[in-house]
Amino acid sequence: MHNLLNAATLFGIVGMAIKLAMPYLYAGLGELFDQAAGVFNLGTEGIMLVGAFSSFYVVYLTGNLGLGVLVAAGTGFLMAVLMALISITFKAPQGISGIGLTMFGTGLSSLLFKTILDGTVLSVPGFPDVPVPLLSKIPYIGDAFFNHNVMVYGAYLLVPVAALVLYKTTFGLKVRAVGQNPQAADTLGVNVNLIRYCCVCAGGILSGIAGATFTLANINMFQEKMTNGTGFIAVALVYFSGWKPQGVLAGALLFSFVNAFQLRMQVLGIEIPSDIAMMLPYLLTILTLVFVKSRDKPAALAVPYERSEN
Amino acid sequence: MALNQKPHMAQHIRKLQMVDITKRFPGVLANDRVNLEVNEGEILALLGENGAGKSTLMKQLYGLYKPDGGTIKINDEAVEFHSPTDAINAGIGMIHQHFMLVSNLTVLENIALGLKSSRGPFLDLDVVRKKTMEICEKYKLIVNPDAYIWQLAVGEQQRVEIIKALYRGADLLILDEPTAVLTPQEVEEFFVILKKMAAANHSLIFISHKLHEVIEISDQIAVLRDGRSVSQERNVNLTKTDLAEKMVGRPVVLQYEKDSCPNIGLRLSIQDLCVNNDWDEERVSNFSLDVYGGEIVGLAGVSGNGQRELAQSLSGLRKPTQGKIMVNGKDLTYAGPYEHNLAGQSYIPEERNKEGIVKDFNISENFILEDHDKEPYSRHSFFNFPNITNKTQRAVDNFTVKTPNLNVMIKNLSGGNVQKLILARELERDPSVLIAAQPTRGVDIGASEYIHRRLLAQRCKGTATLLISEDLDEIRALSDRIAVIFEGRLMGVVDAAAVTTQQLGLMMAGIPRDEVKEQMGEAFAAIS
Repeated sequence: MHNLLNAATLFGIVGMAIKLAMPYLYAGLGELFDQAAGVFNLGTEGIMLVGAFSSFYVVYLTGNLGLGVLVAAGTGFLMAVLMALISITFKAPQGISGIGLTMFGTGLSSLLFKTILDGTVLSVPGFPDVPVPLLSKIPYIGDAFFNHNVMVYGAYLLVPVAALVLYKTTFGLKVRAVGQNPQAADTLGVNVNLIRYCCVCAGGILSGIAGATFTLANINMFQEKMTNGTGFIAVALVYFSGWKPQGVLAGALLFSFVNAFQLRMQVLGIEIPSDIAMMLPYLLTILTLVFVKSRDKPAALAVPYERSEN
Repeated sequence: MALNQKPHMAQHIRKLQMVDITKRFPGVLANDRVNLEVNEGEILALLGENGAGKSTLMKQLYGLYKPDGGTIKINDEAVEFHSPTDAINAGIGMIHQHFMLVSNLTVLENIALGLKSSRGPFLDLDVVRKKTMEICEKYKLIVNPDAYIWQLAVGEQQRVEIIKALYRGADLLILDEPTAVLTPQEVEEFFVILKKMAAANHSLIFISHKLHEVIEISDQIAVLRDGRSVSQERNVNLTKTDLAEKMVGRPVVLQYEKDSCPNIGLRLSIQDLCVNNDWDEERVSNFSLDVYGGEIVGLAGVSGNGQRELAQSLSGLRKPTQGKIMVNGKDLTYAGPYEHNLAGQSYIPEERNKEGIVKDFNISENFILEDHDKEPYSRHSFFNFPNITNKTQRAVDNFTVKTPNLNVMIKNLSGGNVQKLILARELERDPSVLIAAQPTRGVDIGASEYIHRRLLAQRCKGTATLLISEDLDEIRALSDRIAVIFEGRLMGVVDAAAVTTQQLGLMMAGIPRDEVKEQMGEAFAAIS
């Protein structure tokens, strides 16, 4: 047990958690845009898997990491268009269409993996760590906070950007209004469905990138179903966040710390069945959903918009 | 930001006409060649029953619906609106009956929503703030620009709606039942604002079914009935009786004769009750009230002052945090709806389509909903269909529910008929306690009159009725005593026959009975 308590181990967990928060941040902020506009997108997991495979394959072929991220964003966008079409234009129940999208994405990524790569697990060179000058030299802290790859930095940079868009722009105001009271927005000439399309597509792009973090910035290989429920945790995270970007940051860190902690416990061989340890983040997810009550919950969440007679 | 004002059309609306407007919905002719005209500086009242087509007509003027026939003319030129944006650009603003405000945004954010910003993609709330303050100053509209909408009282929210429309350069304002949610005093203040706007050469269309208000405020009165224009005339020498007859199509009784009924015993006793809303905020505070058999106690109050939470806790749908609810001497504070039923209590819920009926059930199924597991409707878990049909048919006949047969889905009935069926179901059980929440909201005058008579008849059978209503006229017409609620607290109980509307208005605005009594002196008649 003493191993857990020394500084090196603790900062090791911190550094790992900082890195592990990356997919939660991309996917969580993406889902935040979906939900802020009133679309409940359970398809995140599927979008991530498609993003993960497509980016992996492109980098495997070309070795161009930037192109890989771009392709992940592109496939995420396409998957999102599908979601938007089903849930916004055709007004299908959002929960069901999201689950459908996840199953589709899971199946598609596995199929492509088996047919194109014969199901062989290969690895690619991922994004290298870029130490921040000076700051990374600080003992312990430097390694934990300032020695990561660009996709990690990008994830954290995205938090203030999302806040800026949501709270300081006319677009963000429309997004929040459309999620809360689409009728009100409509009477002021806001195109409700257009705003929702934009948000779902932005969410798809971010979720696609979240998938690429697995294949290009952390594990650097592709396996079937490798996102392992991260997409669903991202959905829960948005509830946890109280529908605010800073809340997503807090939630992502909480989940990644729990995750890093359980991983480290396994490595140290602490005698807790690994299954229980792996349940921890998901248990946290369920608890989150039980206790969240927020006025900022978009009142029109998961309700397709129709101009009614009343 | 000044550029936002009517970017495409700087023309002032001197005259607006709607000519032969026709609008169909599947199975309904909502507007049938309707005509309307309003000039600058004028207040036009649009009068009609629920379902007469007033809102449909106005939604076409505001670009939310497209007319199937007819033309809209501004200054004698035909115009076409494909969306609210077109209408806003032409200088038309609309204040909806259910406010179109986003509750977790601030006042300024609500005003800025949908406007072009002077700073490109970024919000320019300081510019919006400056112009908002100018409008507030000009029309004497007081509101805190940084408050969240959910923090504001209904009257304040209405002012935000008006500012929103004026900010967008509205020349002509459509006001859909604007006084429904206001206290009598707030109505007076509101009328002052309307007159100020008319004096500033705005045109106003004021939708209402409250006759005395229409006569008080408008220059012209147009009446709609069953989707058709009945009349439009100057407001000179028009009486309430005339207007009511035009609106309904037959002479209408505006006051009821009440027989005196003996008070028999305490039936419902509410003691020190506290109830929270969904956000764990206290909405009913230390509320105490006794209702006796053979009386109707009206609970008056402006919408959103805890009536909803109170009604829900009295019917077992919401657990109180403190206090006691006694029905016929039984403690039902924490009991569910089933126990309330067993104790002889009936409940007419505020939202009839959500809490009163199952939309996709037919009439018989809805009728037996509460007592389906008891005789004579069922035995040993099996339905007795002949009994169900007989009982339902009798109730439908008794309460004049208009329906082709008992197998019609209840969602296909009009609001008035649904409400009559709910009333039949609740009164058929001959309850000793009746909680009636907004029993005639959205119901046409004919059906309202019928429901009122039934409630009065039930009173004479010895039922203790708590009538929760936002319609002060209804409360005054039916109640023996009137209790007033403000922010979840009881402001006092007064004798319905002696109290004036003005006194009730003061109490509804949060002044306790005893203080009102002090202000009014001898003129105030209150009982304890």
